[in-house]
Amino acid sequence: MTMKTVLNDQHRSWGGRMVDFAGWDMPVHYGSQIEEHHAVRQNAGMFDVSHMRVVDLAGERTRPFLQYLLANDVARLKTTGKALYSCMLNEQGGVIDDLIVYYFQDDAFRIVVNAGCADKDLAWIKQQAAAFAVTVTPRRDLAMIAVQGPQARDKTLPLLSSALAEAAAALPIFHATTVGDWCVARTGYTGEDGFEIMLPEVEAPVLWQALADAGVTPCGLGARDTLRLEAGMNLYGSDMDEQCSPLEAGLNWTLAWEPDTRDFMGRKALEAKRNAVDNKRFVGLLLEGRGVLRNHQKLFADGVEIGEITSGGFAPTLQRSIALARVKASIGENCTVEIRGKQVLAKVVQPPFARKGQACINLEG
Amino acid sequence: MSEVPNKLKYCDSHEWISSVDAGVTTIGITDHAQDQLGDMVFVELPEVGQAFEVKDECAVVESVKAASDIYCPVSGEVIEVNEALADSPELVNEDPYGDGWLFKIRLANEAELDNLLDADGYQAAIDA
Repeated sequence: MTMKTVLNDQHRSWGGRMVDFAGWDMPVHYGSQIEEHHAVRQNAGMFDVSHMRVVDLAGERTRPFLQYLLANDVARLKTTGKALYSCMLNEQGGVIDDLIVYYFQDDAFRIVVNAGCADKDLAWIKQQAAAFAVTVTPRRDLAMIAVQGPQARDKTLPLLSSALAEAAAALPIFHATTVGDWCVARTGYTGEDGFEIMLPEVEAPVLWQALADAGVTPCGLGARDTLRLEAGMNLYGSDMDEQCSPLEAGLNWTLAWEPDTRDFMGRKALEAKRNAVDNKRFVGLLLEGRGVLRNHQKLFADGVEIGEITSGGFAPTLQRSIALARVKASIGENCTVEIRGKQVLAKVVQPPFARKGQACINLEG
Repeated sequence: MSEVPNKLKYCDSHEWISSVDAGVTTIGITDHAQDQLGDMVFVELPEVGQAFEVKDECAVVESVKAASDIYCPVSGEVIEVNEALADSPELVNEDPYGDGWLFKIRLANEAELDNLLDADGYQAAIDA
């Protein structure tokens, strides 16, 4: 049974090329993935991300619960509306999912998880929540639209109620504000400024149309993927999963080791590997030769296999092919990528590759 | 609806072949194929002088989505490739039957053209 978001009719009438994504009927593009990508880097684009699962957590002990559940520390969330990116780990230190957690009140937090992980996440969270008497409420009544790009805020604010617009205009990066069931967050997955708007499903088609009328380009999952890749953001299921530690997925920055008294799920397993010399490195690659980097291509140095691409593709902003890859720690400044039996040179670079409309890496050889 | 010009012949693997001019024919991919693959970002063409048999892998087109092999519809020797695609692979999307052509081949055996689909046959194949 394929699931549909409340915006499915809009996608089809806009010419969306529909594909199955984690059981959801979603647009991969509406004609040109590359034009949609450029729209977000240069102007404003919007994505239906209603397939992601919004989950509200309530109860007096919600904060200590999240301090146990998540590898990042919600103690960092001190002001109302502040958001935090975190991994949710299993006992072995593998990544069950990555998510954003929002702090509303001490007894009310919200998390937003990946569509493809939503069912297992909910089962896991409910199981862990019982001991903390935290209630777990999936909000399937909410839709979610991400509006991203340098013009995103200016094009969105006039379409919000005056109270919400005023609060949204004042939001610092990675903060959210709520009015009733509407929640506007200054977050995203593109490397551009913008909002992610959670709102009642019944109101989503009207907002989508109003954004389109304001000149915001509808964008599919294809552009969402190339934008996040350029921005150096991980994709769950490609760059990390339950068999992979955040230590080997470039996510060390999301692990809150202090205070060392905080006993979060997966901590013991991670600590044993924290300073292991054989931990793999998670790097960016810029293809120097001809071709396109793709997921699962093998990497070599001096004829020896040293790793694999976890996310690869063509970067429209750079007009070059880029990738995220997991490699042996011994990797130098270059490696070769096996593309259809040939070894093609690639340079090791530090992501992000492109954000705020600009390249962040040196494209010269 | 994808365009399927009557004057061309086709393979069910979505290549088109122009009519023969002095033993030479031009090969590309169909409008339907480019539409299914999405925005092209890289085209790997054969070398001039390379010889192929029918159904040999002779080129690769890579879109934002995936890499796809191109199979040679006829046997023969490559005499020219579309150099413009190196910098502008999007020509395959914009003009698949014109500026987005892939390469020209000198036919080894013109009778092989009889094994290819006409426009109606290809249309039926993509409608199936």
